[in-house]
Amino acid sequence: MATTTAPIPLVTTHDVQAPAPATGRRGWTSWVTTTDHKRIGIMYMVTTFVFFCLGGVEALLMRLQLGAPDNTLVTPTVYNQLFTMHGTTMIFLFVVPMMAGLANYFVPLMIGARDMAFPRLNALSYWLLLAGGIVFYASIFWNPPEAGWTSYPPLSSASFSPSGGQDAWIYLIHLTGISSILGAINLYATIANMRARGMSWGRLPLFVWAILTYSVLIIFAMPVIAAAVTMLLTDRHFGTHFFDPGTGGSSLLWQHLFWFFGHPEVYIMILPGFGIVSEILPVFARKPIFGYRAIAAATVAIAFLGFLTWAHHMFTTPIPEAILVFVMLSSFLIAVPTGVKILNWIATLWRGTVEFTTPLLFCAGFIALFVIGGISGIFLAIFPIDWQVKETYFLVAHLHFVLVGGSVMTIFAAIYYWFPKITGRMLSEGLGKLSFWLMFVGILATFLIQHVIGLDGMPRRVYEYDNIGHLALYNQISTVGSFILALGVLVTIINVARSAKVGVVAGPDPWKANTLEWFTTSPPPVNNFDVVPQVRSVEPMKDIRREVERRSGVGASGSSAVVPAGATQVGV
Amino acid sequence: MNRISAALGHLASTLAFFTPQSGGSPNANQIDSLFKITLVIALVIFALVEGGLVYALIKFRKRRRKGTVAAQIRGNTRLEVSWTVAAALILVGLAVVTFAKLSSIQNPSNSGPGGDTLASSDGGLLYASSERKLPPDGKSLNIKVIGRQFIWQYVYPGATEPDGLGAPYSYEEMVVPTNTTVTLDVVAADVVHEWWVPQLGGKVQAIPGYHNYTWFKALKPGVYRGQCSFICGRGHARMIATVKAVPPAQFDAWLAEQKKLISEANQQAKIARAKLGTQTGAGQVENP
Repeated sequence: MATTTAPIPLVTTHDVQAPAPATGRRGWTSWVTTTDHKRIGIMYMVTTFVFFCLGGVEALLMRLQLGAPDNTLVTPTVYNQLFTMHGTTMIFLFVVPMMAGLANYFVPLMIGARDMAFPRLNALSYWLLLAGGIVFYASIFWNPPEAGWTSYPPLSSASFSPSGGQDAWIYLIHLTGISSILGAINLYATIANMRARGMSWGRLPLFVWAILTYSVLIIFAMPVIAAAVTMLLTDRHFGTHFFDPGTGGSSLLWQHLFWFFGHPEVYIMILPGFGIVSEILPVFARKPIFGYRAIAAATVAIAFLGFLTWAHHMFTTPIPEAILVFVMLSSFLIAVPTGVKILNWIATLWRGTVEFTTPLLFCAGFIALFVIGGISGIFLAIFPIDWQVKETYFLVAHLHFVLVGGSVMTIFAAIYYWFPKITGRMLSEGLGKLSFWLMFVGILATFLIQHVIGLDGMPRRVYEYDNIGHLALYNQISTVGSFILALGVLVTIINVARSAKVGVVAGPDPWKANTLEWFTTSPPPVNNFDVVPQVRSVEPMKDIRREVERRSGVGASGSSAVVPAGATQVGV
Repeated sequence: MNRISAALGHLASTLAFFTPQSGGSPNANQIDSLFKITLVIALVIFALVEGGLVYALIKFRKRRRKGTVAAQIRGNTRLEVSWTVAAALILVGLAVVTFAKLSSIQNPSNSGPGGDTLASSDGGLLYASSERKLPPDGKSLNIKVIGRQFIWQYVYPGATEPDGLGAPYSYEEMVVPTNTTVTLDVVAADVVHEWWVPQLGGKVQAIPGYHNYTWFKALKPGVYRGQCSFICGRGHARMIATVKAVPPAQFDAWLAEQKKLISEANQQAKIARAKLGTQTGAGQVENP
């Protein structure tokens, strides 16, 4: 193995080496049979990214249809199928499992474990996810579902949606739900039991705190949607009447069950993103995270409050005023810990030495965009205002600012930050920055104007609209923006494909980061660590670097130095 | 002075770009003003947070701070407690404003002086409900709104038979008298729909098996446009709702005419049915 020069000066516990050709078993069967958390993590990430692209194409088709008033590019049926597929894909097949993939790969590494607690269960989680995705997407060859990702009965009942697409949707929720629950139990058990010596709860990396909370949310919320879709399934095929108002059932019951899951789901999708940002910002500000305890506590507080706010999705249903007021106040309350986090992140940058790498840019872009989504969320929490803006493009704008500006931006930050660890090679910074700016501008252009589209009276989920006021112009802007956003994603895909082969060799710790995953080689060997160090703070790599410098006598920001053998025995 | 008022007017019209539609009914106007108050607070917070972010990114970028070592600060309890409290106080303020506006949004007001005199508390009250709010004087024009795939039906007071049968009705376009408090009973015949005419106030879901209520008072004659706002199937985008507000006298005439037309049509249907009944083999024809 040839030793090459490091891309940036660094002090490291390993030689900087070109990624070794994979040792051990190779070929596709080794992937099918693997129980290695890193390979499963990679499979999760690649699979969910493919679904992200499919969901993106569906979004672009919808934007094309709405690019002009009274357009006839797609039929109303196809349009309804597109938004149902798009929403379901992005939530159940992209954001949630992508976070699971990142957690799979990095939680054991960050806590100094050799694998997940239950490796075979881990493989099962992945294969259930893939099965759910395939079943769902197979429906495009027959009749895709068309009742929206929320699938309210009676519209989703056998009388109004007789096609098998609705059943494929139910099957998808079941399979991905079981996958998520098993994965969450596994992550929880791993974090609770397999932390390195000295890693107390107060020294747990914030990404791991976020994943712990994500797991608890999944364990509580997912069984509820599983019950709801099972009831829908028996209503459709076995003669029960849970949601059928004609025979004593209640269609409002579905809304309660769905949103009791649906609102925690929002935090399932964003809390890991908060964790990613809390890891990346301190690294590139070269400063400790500001208010570690406050951020960890805010994560848990958001998760708890997330279970009290589901009825804010139901402000226009016949529910008592006391509930309206309670839910408005609990939704307000959840804004407090969220706001605290944002201020903590800005304070982390304050008086640091901020390095404008691509991961940092995506994190900064995330904060800038998420603030917009958070503020529009306050409008939606005030229920009289909600009565005007709910179910319009204002809501579409809000949810995309928090999901695209929020979750997707953090996922891209994670890709740029952790790609060197996964592949041993750096992504191109030039392409990365180009991708960031295209996506940032694309998101603003697509979704900012949608607030106005909604306020001008255009409901969501309509395949056509009349050109009233400036609706045609506004929708055109949004459509152009969506293609800029798509171009930005494409640049990252090219970057990943290219850099995996020809990227600069990264070495174990290219960013001089804080957490244990940077202690091992890139990519890490099968069992991650030969020796797991004792953890003495929330930034173990800082301690290790300091110790290495002390023993080898290299200055703090000195040139590349390789630890003499024996200093820290963690050979490859 | 003129310039200032012009600037303020310009500001108002710029703000209107970012506010919900209003001007049709007092409740819509109140929501609009609540929205504007929230918007001003939101813009201030937005400017502070985004400003702080951009300032931190530019001021503390590495290139500018050559040779500086990042300050190793781990937190500041006093600062963190104070911004948590500040965030909570802003939200308390917003809640207070909301509660102050709530009554004028939710509770119908009395009909205006030029309103329709026909409107009365029991005028066509199809369903008694304690959840349904009436104006202080108890008088409103109560219209039943029925959502079905993919058309809105409106049933007006004036039933001629028990159980509300024989009442005048219309589809898609609702006709109402100006300056008259109109209360709506919103129901659904098949799937979930949502009643929404933005200039006349917020939306309410029409859910099969439930009654939902709202109200408006059209201040000026005109046609107010809206549509179903909850996905109800393939024809959702074309499930239009319009409200045509006309002077009370014109409304009374329209209602009488509508009633006459419907009863004439019913008469003719009756005759046709009777005729069919006398024909040979008519037993096979159940629904002509």
